[in-house]
Amino acid sequence: MEPMVRFQGVTKRFGYLTVLKELDLDVAPNEKVAIIGPSGSGKSTLLRVLMTLEPIQEGVIYVDGQPLTHMERNGKLVPADERHLRSVRGKIGMVFQNFNLFPHMTALENCMEAPVRVLGLSKAEAEARAAELLKMVGLDDKMDARPSRLSGGQQQRVAIARALAMRPKVMLFDEVTSALDPELVGEVLNVIRKLGEEHNLTMLMVTHQMGFAREFADRVCFFYDGRIAEQGPPEEFFSNPQNERTRAFLSAVLEAH
Amino acid sequence: MLFDWGFVLEILPTLAQAAVITIEATVVSFVLALVLGLVFALARMSARPYVSLPVGAFVEFIRSTPVLIQIFFLYFVFPQFGVVIPALVAGVMALGLHYSTYCSEVYRAGLENVPRGQWEAATALNLGPMATYRDIILPQAIPPMVPALGNYLVGLFKETPLLSAIAVLELMQTAKIIGSETFRYLEPITLVGVFFLVMSLASAALIRRVEAWLRHRRD
Repeated sequence: MEPMVRFQGVTKRFGYLTVLKELDLDVAPNEKVAIIGPSGSGKSTLLRVLMTLEPIQEGVIYVDGQPLTHMERNGKLVPADERHLRSVRGKIGMVFQNFNLFPHMTALENCMEAPVRVLGLSKAEAEARAAELLKMVGLDDKMDARPSRLSGGQQQRVAIARALAMRPKVMLFDEVTSALDPELVGEVLNVIRKLGEEHNLTMLMVTHQMGFAREFADRVCFFYDGRIAEQGPPEEFFSNPQNERTRAFLSAVLEAH
Repeated sequence: MLFDWGFVLEILPTLAQAAVITIEATVVSFVLALVLGLVFALARMSARPYVSLPVGAFVEFIRSTPVLIQIFFLYFVFPQFGVVIPALVAGVMALGLHYSTYCSEVYRAGLENVPRGQWEAATALNLGPMATYRDIILPQAIPPMVPALGNYLVGLFKETPLLSAIAVLELMQTAKIIGSETFRYLEPITLVGVFFLVMSLASAALIRRVEAWLRHRRD
């Protein structure tokens, strides 16, 4: 089966600092991949280059069989221009650690903006879609509230609904519970769990929630120093890690909890 | 010499007409400054150095030279190259251009104050540059700019007497003419001063109202 996401020899540098090193990674359609690792290991960068928030220096990223970071010109792959990015980027949605909701819009308007402007939906269609999604994340009573009136957990659920309103095939979750008070983490994870059950979505999530990764993911990837140091199904990965770095990381993280 | 209220009443209609010119010149110049300023700010923030560098240099040049020289340049120098501009138009262009460079700095600061995450969210939602600016960035960037832009509006207003140097019949020039015709300067110049004082205070109050309204709208 063709992978939904393919990283092929991807290198990402910030100046002299190499953050991703010739990374190869295939993610199957509908697969849920949890990405863990110490800070600075490149795990968030992996999502950011996939969302095209950062350019890559080497390699190619494919999404749904199409090159994302590149486009075909006379049978050759050349770096993508903005038009190409806009045509492929729509397959991907992203939820950020700090929500990044639009503060001057209500929850409903946050979820309507892109469907109206990008997909060309009518106001009524977009509103129906947004309302349905906000209901799914349990916020049907907060549709007209501005983000400043919502708790962190509620804001993050709006952000999830906003990303889903574009009907992406791939969803990226970048430490989406890290900025939340501990008692609000559960409501966000429940929404993600529900998404996984009810929708055909490929998901990549960078997370520090080991329990959630173990229960939810089909595969866990451990990043170290810009590479995938170890990966496997969660049961195996957590109960019998092979790599010494994985073991050190897991024991440090689990000790803290 | 005593203040002659009868003379005041006599010259009031003439000055009132001139005040209209002053206000018109202010409004048109300021609109020009707002529009050009935005263009300059966006061009200066462009990722393409062949756009941002020349525009940046031009903005610095305009900002660092006196507006009176720019007024003279448009009105007296341009005709020597065959470009004849009527006095009022030349004056409005020069004032608008000069203040657009100040406005562009305000815009730049305002735009850079919008958190990176807002741009990233717009990209992640695949919004184009037009929608990103119009719907996401500007609505957040503009409210904090209002006080600074308001100050420049009042500043520009108070600099319109410079147009008297190229004989635009705005308030100052009209007062000067009245003075030279009647040999009474006390009343016309005083009235002009009072007019500027009242209008400046009124605009400052209006700007505060706009600020309060924008703040109210945000929550």
